[in-house]
Amino acid sequence: MRGATRAKWAVGTVAVALVATACGGGGGGGGGDGKGVLSSSWGDPQNPLEPANTNEVQGGKVLDMIFRGLKRYDPKTGAAEDMLAQKIESKDQQNYTVTIKKGWKFSNGEPVTAQSFVDAWNYGALIDNNQKNAYFFGYIEGYEKVHPESGKASARTLSGLQVKDDRTFTVKLNQKFSTWPQTLGYPAFAPLPRAFFKDHDGWLKKPVGNGPYKVESYTKGSAMKLRKWGGYKGPDKARNGGVDLRVYTDNNTAYTDLQAGNLDLSDDIPAAQLKNAEADLGDRYINQPAGIIQTLTFPMYDPQWGSEKMAKVRQGLSMAIDRKTITRQIFQNTRTPASDWTSPVLKADGGYKSGLCGKACEYKPAEARKLIKEGGGLPGGKVTVTYNADTGSHKDWVDALCNSVNKVLKNDKACVGNPVGTFADYRNQITAKKMKGPFRAGWQMDYPLIQNFLQPMYYTDASSNDGKYSNKEFDKLVDEANAETDRQAAVKKFQDAERVLVKDMPVIPLWYQNGSGGYTDRLSDVRLNQFSVPVYDRIKVGS
Amino acid sequence: MGRYVIRRLLQMIPVFIGSTFLIFFMVYALGDPVAAMFGDRAPDPATAARIREELLLDQPLWKQYLHYMGQIFRGDFGTAFNGQPVTELMGTAFPVTLRLTLVAIVIEIIVGVTLGVLSGLRRGRALDTSVLVFTLVVVSIPTFVSGYVLQFLLGVKWGWVKPTVSTDAYLDELLLPGVVLALVSLAYVTRLTRTSLAENARADYVRTAVAKGLPRRRVVTRHLLRNSLIPVVTFIGTDIGSLMGGAIVTERIFNIHGVGFQLYQGILRQNSPTVVGFVTVLVLVFLFANLVVDLLYAVLDPRIRYA
Amino acid sequence: MPERYVPNEAVTHGDGGTAALAMAEAETLEGGRNGRGGSPRDKPRSLWGDAWRDLRRNPVFLVSALIILFLVVIAIWPQLIADGNPYRADLAKAQEGSAPGHPFGFDTQGRDVYTRTVYGARASITVGICATAGAALLGSALGGLAGFFGGWWDALLSRVADIFFGIPVLLGGLVFLSVVTSKTVWPVVGFIVLLGWPQIARIARGSVVTAKQNDYVQAARALGASSGRLLLRHIAPNAVAPVIVVATIALGTYISLEATLSYLGAGLKPPTVSWGIDISTASTYIRNAPHMLLYPAGALSITVLAFIMLGDAVRDALDPKLR
Repeated sequence: MRGATRAKWAVGTVAVALVATACGGGGGGGGGDGKGVLSSSWGDPQNPLEPANTNEVQGGKVLDMIFRGLKRYDPKTGAAEDMLAQKIESKDQQNYTVTIKKGWKFSNGEPVTAQSFVDAWNYGALIDNNQKNAYFFGYIEGYEKVHPESGKASARTLSGLQVKDDRTFTVKLNQKFSTWPQTLGYPAFAPLPRAFFKDHDGWLKKPVGNGPYKVESYTKGSAMKLRKWGGYKGPDKARNGGVDLRVYTDNNTAYTDLQAGNLDLSDDIPAAQLKNAEADLGDRYINQPAGIIQTLTFPMYDPQWGSEKMAKVRQGLSMAIDRKTITRQIFQNTRTPASDWTSPVLKADGGYKSGLCGKACEYKPAEARKLIKEGGGLPGGKVTVTYNADTGSHKDWVDALCNSVNKVLKNDKACVGNPVGTFADYRNQITAKKMKGPFRAGWQMDYPLIQNFLQPMYYTDASSNDGKYSNKEFDKLVDEANAETDRQAAVKKFQDAERVLVKDMPVIPLWYQNGSGGYTDRLSDVRLNQFSVPVYDRIKVGS
Repeated sequence: MGRYVIRRLLQMIPVFIGSTFLIFFMVYALGDPVAAMFGDRAPDPATAARIREELLLDQPLWKQYLHYMGQIFRGDFGTAFNGQPVTELMGTAFPVTLRLTLVAIVIEIIVGVTLGVLSGLRRGRALDTSVLVFTLVVVSIPTFVSGYVLQFLLGVKWGWVKPTVSTDAYLDELLLPGVVLALVSLAYVTRLTRTSLAENARADYVRTAVAKGLPRRRVVTRHLLRNSLIPVVTFIGTDIGSLMGGAIVTERIFNIHGVGFQLYQGILRQNSPTVVGFVTVLVLVFLFANLVVDLLYAVLDPRIRYA
Repeated sequence: MPERYVPNEAVTHGDGGTAALAMAEAETLEGGRNGRGGSPRDKPRSLWGDAWRDLRRNPVFLVSALIILFLVVIAIWPQLIADGNPYRADLAKAQEGSAPGHPFGFDTQGRDVYTRTVYGARASITVGICATAGAALLGSALGGLAGFFGGWWDALLSRVADIFFGIPVLLGGLVFLSVVTSKTVWPVVGFIVLLGWPQIARIARGSVVTAKQNDYVQAARALGASSGRLLLRHIAPNAVAPVIVVATIALGTYISLEATLSYLGAGLKPPTVSWGIDISTASTYIRNAPHMLLYPAGALSITVLAFIMLGDAVRDALDPKLR
């Protein structure tokens, strides 16, 4: 079965023999009967796989398979649909009553109750547990007691959470937040079984959840075998027998394995291979929008870049970037030139507005030169674009971006890339406010709301406001938008806030990133969700 | 001899301390790992402070180092950031890399010494020139280039081998990565063998052996080769350590989950327990390899004695 | 050590060998004495003078020296053979093959590969030569001393070398080069020297240990030669051959190492143009645009070839036993 697929690539008897042995160990194919197991590329999760401790895609991939929360973002539309939630009601946008559905179980047999949620959230919020997503619970009353800014926690549980009965609990927020229920699809809000608290080490070795898959074996740093869980209660039961996740450190290697038929699905095709991907894979090449935007952030804390007068230079630089040619030549159209600060996956009614940035995000060499000159020129006549060199083939596009700027400014050395060896070092330089020029930033949404594309990054002192941008007008508009009960009115306010960014240009929007991936012809119905993670449970494994 | 070995073993202690401290210092110099744990988001200060406290990152360097060494002597190499004990990581990674290194060394010895002997005995002839050209081409290509090229040609285009190595890392899967890893050192081994063979071929003891009427085969194997292999053995000995730790690029390209892979991840995440632990073991391996090389010296060259 | 090695020594080297070695030794000693006298008539009889006389007649040496001379000239004045601009990029032409006026085609950024290959010589050759020179000097000095004096010196230097050896190149590179922000070639050179000297030191130590045992050295020592004289006049010329061989090959690997460091983002940084940077960028595009890899890699190979041939010729000329 698998051998037949590979025969296309493989010539010679040696290969056939090797393939045959590989098949023997692979756990069998299956004939589209829902029993076939597929292999998929993975990256070693950075943190232990606790729901409130996982903040990157690779760990999120697993959580998405083994957990279901109150809400789930529809993989196609991105809308937050009820999953375990029977209903989430509120009269005042501050006090919510959550009722969960009957009959759900964890894969170890424990029932999913209101307590499972409350315990999980209390665990996630408590500072003693070092959960990196603790701030997600920051809207719940009592957060500052379990997670003080300094010192020890003065309470063990969130006072805003009350269990009413097995299937009901209430949540009191510390402010009005009309779209709060829609954030509940984030994995940090998943319920946890008692086993998690009783045998924590054991749970980490082999996580137990309530999703369509259960973990069969987990070799840290190397592989995880997930199998379909028969007792799963939800509507989205797995259509395949399971998924074998395999860790790759280099996405070029994963792509090579995919080509050789050694891997069924890769959800990260490196830029260098994009040119071949269509020819190699045909219609098994996925290229679809995802909720990711790439930007160039200015260090607004640096007087050289942050002063009001420099706004013209920042705008000028934005207009010196030939986004169209770069996305075509470097990214083979897996990126789309950005013209606002959100993402097309939000759709127009969700707040995405193409062209909101206007000509400030278009390639206008003459005007760019003029603006930069009017603003007093580049500080010291130079600009360095800092990026981390360890992942994500950033070098190619940074070089291209600089070449574009240099061409406009007619100076070969005006703009240079500045690679930083490791992501860790890169993040440190950012947090320590050591950046001397613009640096790359990528934002992947947590939930498909326009709020998530603006507030965390541009609100004064927000968690991802790396450039330390601050504008009272922007803050005011965001506050107003959050208090708005009508969704459309809220979106309008957010877009007004976005217009402030056009003027200030603290962050240059570069392009919207697509999710890209490829799969072998054993698979069908493969697609990515808005987080560019494959929707594993929908995949069919054929012969 | 016994005293010599004991002295060398004792000398390992300062080296061990020196290199662990150096590595510790280097990882420390890379900076604070906590920020990266939070991804593209600014760390929550309270949680970050607690993690720093638990990892002792708020302590001065020497205190961290002492604490770490104390742990090591209790057999505890610390815990990687993903919650796995480093000893467990070593248990899975070292056997894989050891196999890879063995494959590479065997290739080096078989191919390198053979080519070296052949070209050394036929200096200046066509064979010698072609071996020279071959080693040059090989040495001038960076590992990541030869790795990608061979992987693509053999693994994808012609489909002769599997392009990557499975988690179990069987010996046959390691053949191609072993060749790639061996390539650069292969040139050294070949050239060293050739040079030292050519040099010794004119030595008087060889001339004498020939004059005595010994068969050519015996002269080459017993007298010539034995003496000519000394620099080669030195080189291979020093190479073991660098092969084991230097397989970072090869392991990355072929997705081998060995020492280089773990080190790479550890470095990128600035995870000092992983990096320091692995390098410590690598240093030990290296020290023992050196000791063995020095003892082999004496076996190969009877003129050298250790007291 | 077991005693059986002691009689062996006498057996293997007792017959025949000594006389020839003594002659060679006498020759060297004489050469040394005359060389010190410095009169023009005596010059050709010194070791290095002899070597030079040999080298001038050696076609391998002449060819490689010419290539190196050419490369060095290009490295200093690249505009002699390339009138383009290595930075000019036309992204629309990214990865295209050769075109009129652009014989080597274009790279990912749409820059002319020919011009970049020519301009890349400077950084790559500087790194290669300076790093090799540094590592060879430091390594052979320290290794030679360790091998010659033995004892504490040997132990100390060998152990320090061991410490440096234990550090994985990648870790060292990432740390060292992330701390240094200079965009010149010197941090890279310094790092390679720091990492490369122990290997040379071990080789040097090994060959000094071997050379030290030779009878002509023992003879010179018996004649009352000082340590410095023994080391420089008698041991060094005989121990230098393996060092030169390893160093010439190392030169190639150092240029490659620079490429690997660039591949990891820790090597040379733009706006420096180097073969390493271009090779590392091109290697992932090997399927679409092999020409991007072929030319800088080819230039690198030719450079390495020239240096190894040169090293070989010099080694042959220096070795009194091969004369």
